[in-house]
Amino acid sequence: MNAQIRPVKTAAEIGFADLFAAVLKDLPGGSSTQAIRSDAFDRFAAQGLPHSRVEAWKYTDLRRLVSDAKPLASRPDAAAKSAAGGAGAVFAGVDARRLLIVDGAFVPELSDLAALEAGVAIRATVEALGAEEIPLPFGMASTDPVAALNTALAGDGVLITVAADVIVERPIHLVFVTTRTAPGAMFTRSRLELGSGASLTLVETHEGPDQSDYQVNAALQVDIGDKASLDHIKITSEGAAALHLATLEALIGAGANYREFGLTMGGAVVRNQLFLRLAGEGTNTSVHQASLLAGDQHADTTLTVDHAAAGSQSREVFKAVVDNEARAVFQGKITVQQGAQQTDARMMARALLLSDDAVVNCKPELEIFADDVQCGHGTTTGALDDQLKFYLMARGIPEKEAETLLIEAFVGEVIDAVAHDDLRDALSQTMLAWLKRRK
Amino acid sequence: MTALLEIRGLKAEIDGRQILNGLDLTVNKGEIHAIMGPNGAGKSTLSYVLSGKPGYEITGGDVFFNGDDLLAMDPDERAAKGLFLAFQYPLEIPGVATLTFLRTALNAQRKKRGEEELSSPDVLKRVRELAKQLSIDPEMLKRPLNVGFSGGEKKRNETLQMALLEPKLCVLDETDSGLDIDALRIVADGVNRLRAADRGMIVITHYQRLLDYIVPDVVHVLSAGRIVKTGGKELALELEATGYAQYQHEAA
Repeated sequence: MNAQIRPVKTAAEIGFADLFAAVLKDLPGGSSTQAIRSDAFDRFAAQGLPHSRVEAWKYTDLRRLVSDAKPLASRPDAAAKSAAGGAGAVFAGVDARRLLIVDGAFVPELSDLAALEAGVAIRATVEALGAEEIPLPFGMASTDPVAALNTALAGDGVLITVAADVIVERPIHLVFVTTRTAPGAMFTRSRLELGSGASLTLVETHEGPDQSDYQVNAALQVDIGDKASLDHIKITSEGAAALHLATLEALIGAGANYREFGLTMGGAVVRNQLFLRLAGEGTNTSVHQASLLAGDQHADTTLTVDHAAAGSQSREVFKAVVDNEARAVFQGKITVQQGAQQTDARMMARALLLSDDAVVNCKPELEIFADDVQCGHGTTTGALDDQLKFYLMARGIPEKEAETLLIEAFVGEVIDAVAHDDLRDALSQTMLAWLKRRK
Repeated sequence: MTALLEIRGLKAEIDGRQILNGLDLTVNKGEIHAIMGPNGAGKSTLSYVLSGKPGYEITGGDVFFNGDDLLAMDPDERAAKGLFLAFQYPLEIPGVATLTFLRTALNAQRKKRGEEELSSPDVLKRVRELAKQLSIDPEMLKRPLNVGFSGGEKKRNETLQMALLEPKLCVLDETDSGLDIDALRIVADGVNRLRAADRGMIVITHYQRLLDYIVPDVVHVLSAGRIVKTGGKELALELEATGYAQYQHEAA
């Protein structure tokens, strides 16, 4: 006899079901969108929150880490809008077009929408959903429960389109900020459509108050046209008690260049999951990720790179600096499909543990169905090198400063991958500020 | 007059193995002392114990540097007080540009001594001058410290650091190892330029060859963790002819 075993639902899972039932009729979108949402929620409910026996979530057990479902944050009032003004300051020195997403809602009046480049269009997701002009379902990420929750509950975000062959010089900066101290949940969906031959630098920052255990579920879909070029840079620096779950799905066209960079510093529990499909031939993709963690932070970066066509190159470098009792997780999976000959894929994960209680979990995977490919992966984990530290100290550099110099050098390799000079400098300064705060 | 360095009955061990066995040595300002000895005599251990490398346990004796208790200081404090160890095997530090390292070290020492820190252009100017004297390609200064440098380049870089930091006591650990004759001459010239009335040097070497270029005032033979013979520069030539066998026997 076969018996279907259904685990007991957690308080949070029951909470999400109640929340969904209560808000569905008010969520943006017509009846077909509602059907997509219901379908997505059913997929979430069937799986529940992912836990350690789900391979893709092996080290980030949301059944344990998420204790409740928060009510959806209300759209920002005047006080919230005025509190959001200083957000995104980390890139204050960079000439970028700032678009503010406050408490999960795009706020045009706080955003720089003046003198848009010809061929660039920016609109609120809520508006596109209302007109049913944004595709909600995910592709690669569709089976993921956190992505499914996003599809079910996404309220707003930003939709950016760049027409073919338009080179956008000025970076676009999506400033996500949570202002309220009363805990709430924010489900955002943003989308970038980059026409063939177009070029853009897209920056994302996420921040919020330390005093609130707010929950963020942010998703970004990017569709990179043939021969287009995208630099995407994300800083996750949420408040100290926040939950940040983020899904990035990228579809990369033939001959396109895609450079992805992520820096994770803030948030109690962070999951950045990236689903990249190298759909066209001859694409060039690089992913550089750095996590700087302290206290009892938990940050998980999970990457799936699908080489679906021939002749593409991908480089993935992940670096983690983990102090105190924090935990860094890196899961990287490279799939090479049968037709994807001449794939050149390399993945490296390196962790630096600054305390005896710090933890890193690394899980690289290769799945190769083609026979003419070059693939490799490696991982290293270790403490600061005492010999190097002594060499620096023997030249008069105090211990703390010597450690800072060595950690800076360790993380520097991934920050150097950022092509835009001002953004790279700002990222270096951000890293240094983190190192100086280290006790 | 206080001696620049005074070592009294120094005993040290690593991993439970006694390496230094009651070593006495006094170096005054303006003097160059050579320490020679067979492999395993404790030459490198002496240099590491003086510079404060972790892992060595001091089991007896005292070391005074300009009258201060050297063994009580952290390595960076010793450096700021004017002690410099030129490493036998300089380390490679990926990701730290040579110039950044030099500036950080110089200013850390100046800060600790209560002196004003130097601006980046000032440091660059000094470093460039010294690099020229040591035939170091200025492009090398932008590269990560010692990464991909040849043996000779690493030793020249050590000499550059020494010249920039202007220490009171230089300890040169087997500076000649891994150098061809041209590189040896460049490094030795660099060291000789640093000879000064208020500066002392300890030149640790296995071979007499280096002492043709850096001529010492005093030569010591170190064996089994103690100084077993002291003489003038002619002692080095004598050792070259007879070897260390008699001293190893004496020490045992």
